[in-house]
Amino acid sequence: MTDLTRLTLGAALDGLANKDFSSVELTSAFIARIEAVNPQLNAYVLTTPERALEAARASDARRAAGTAGPLDGAPIGVKDLFCTEGVRTTAGSKILGNFVPPYESTVTSHLWRDGAVMLGKLNMDEFAMGSSNETSAFGPVVSPWRARGSNRSLTPGGSSGGSAAAVSADLCLAATASDTGGSIRQPASFTGTVGIKPTYGLCSRFGMVAFASSLDQAGPITRTVADAARMLTSMAGHDPKDSTSLDLPVPDFSQFIGKSVKGLRIGVPEEYRIDGMPEEIARLWDEGVAWLRAAGCEIKSVRLPHTKYALPAYYIIAPAEASSNLARYDGMRFGYRGEGTALTDVYETTRAEGFGPEVKRRILIGTYVLSAGYYDAYYLKALKVRARIAEDFAKAFEEVDAILTPTTPSAAFPLGEKQDDPVAMYLNDVFTVTTNLAGLPGLSLPAGVDSQGLPLGLQLIGRALDEGSLFALAATMEQAAGFTARPEPWG
Amino acid sequence: MAIDVATVRKVAKLARIAEPEDRLAPLAQELNGIMAWIEQLAEVDTTGVEPMTSAVAQTLPMRDDVVTDGGNAARVLGNAPRADQGFFVVPKVVE
Repeated sequence: MTDLTRLTLGAALDGLANKDFSSVELTSAFIARIEAVNPQLNAYVLTTPERALEAARASDARRAAGTAGPLDGAPIGVKDLFCTEGVRTTAGSKILGNFVPPYESTVTSHLWRDGAVMLGKLNMDEFAMGSSNETSAFGPVVSPWRARGSNRSLTPGGSSGGSAAAVSADLCLAATASDTGGSIRQPASFTGTVGIKPTYGLCSRFGMVAFASSLDQAGPITRTVADAARMLTSMAGHDPKDSTSLDLPVPDFSQFIGKSVKGLRIGVPEEYRIDGMPEEIARLWDEGVAWLRAAGCEIKSVRLPHTKYALPAYYIIAPAEASSNLARYDGMRFGYRGEGTALTDVYETTRAEGFGPEVKRRILIGTYVLSAGYYDAYYLKALKVRARIAEDFAKAFEEVDAILTPTTPSAAFPLGEKQDDPVAMYLNDVFTVTTNLAGLPGLSLPAGVDSQGLPLGLQLIGRALDEGSLFALAATMEQAAGFTARPEPWG
Repeated sequence: MAIDVATVRKVAKLARIAEPEDRLAPLAQELNGIMAWIEQLAEVDTTGVEPMTSAVAQTLPMRDDVVTDGGNAARVLGNAPRADQGFFVVPKVVE
């Protein structure tokens, strides 16, 4: 039998439908692979094999009864940011301790409704604050990829590093992830996987541990564009429990795979050609343009003049929202509690001991920019710059239907390399953060490898709620790219 | 507007994070590094621009003001660091 863990989500669902194998067989193959590989990669912070097998048996019964759902029997991983009823959820933080949610996130409940099987919870940067997975209280995820001829451990990116590494190393068919400034797309780019951050409001945030509520969105990380379409179709949908959830019908995104992109107008923003961009990334970007031109798209230059201000604006807005959201971790009702005699002492030791350095740094920045005397100068100014960035996109989308950019300014870097320089780490998100600020969908797909054999991604940005065009364009580019590289040590 | 040690002490207090005295100076330096990079926002002309407070322009939905959930005290207390007889147990608040 072929190695079941190497299948795409689509091929696995076909195999299940054809009775080539059962969900129990498929799930068992993943459980065995996780046992063998996870100790080296640290992608899962919690595995739930018994629960997975029980769900797989139930799925096989549904399939036998002819009541299988769209994802029935497919084993997936869940970023540890999504609350899972009865299964420990930590958001990569010590402060959540052994928190066992008494409720299920809406996104995961949709996946279980459609028959998916949970293999376990995936590692992440603490509260999704990081771009290398090094801020996790469980230690960093190690990328399954290595530079050619090197044994140095690389980052899988972050914050959804566990999700990206697990999909890339065949530790699940697909994974949930979340993206506040690039946390789906940057790790997808670093690991040769596909990731989409949908339009703000498409996926419910209920039961997702909050970082920056006006920016956070859930999305999938998968092996193919078609798999991402399947996962997003299931994850999305209106939810009265999230007041920012959009009350609109969700299309079956799979219908856009293979759809012609002839005549679509593609914007190429010159502002994304930043100083010091590696030649290989610039070349790959040009190749991406050529693939779309060959498919009948019209290529146009567009201006997004406020691009360079997106990251500094983000580093006011996101910490400001985080400082408010994370005020709930006071050691009283759930999670870790520090020692102390009076109430305030306990708050202060709980938070000093429970949060890691990057999270504390961001809470302090957020508290500072919201404090009396600085609110107008920093926070309000950043919200106005955010409006300028959204305006840039609105103008560009008068002339084009989608925008093509690189996903990241570099390939994956070694663990430890940027840990001591916060601003250098933040610059990882320079191409992705703009869509979070504007609320637009962004998709990263693997487009090629650099001279060291490491994956590089390209990003498509679309109009609000036009995920369909992104899937059609990405599927076209995926075919043209013919990306077949695999992480060698784990191949 | 450089951040000094006194400002870090005040902000840490507001954020309810105990920072030992010897961490304040290095933290001030870190925060200044980040804020200096953020200062470039001053270059953007935002005259007459309304602050963007939500990613998607839509009015918040209304719902009936009715009880839809409850009676789950045990589940609510299930993750409490300390609980007793249906209550959260917290440190002494009033002397």
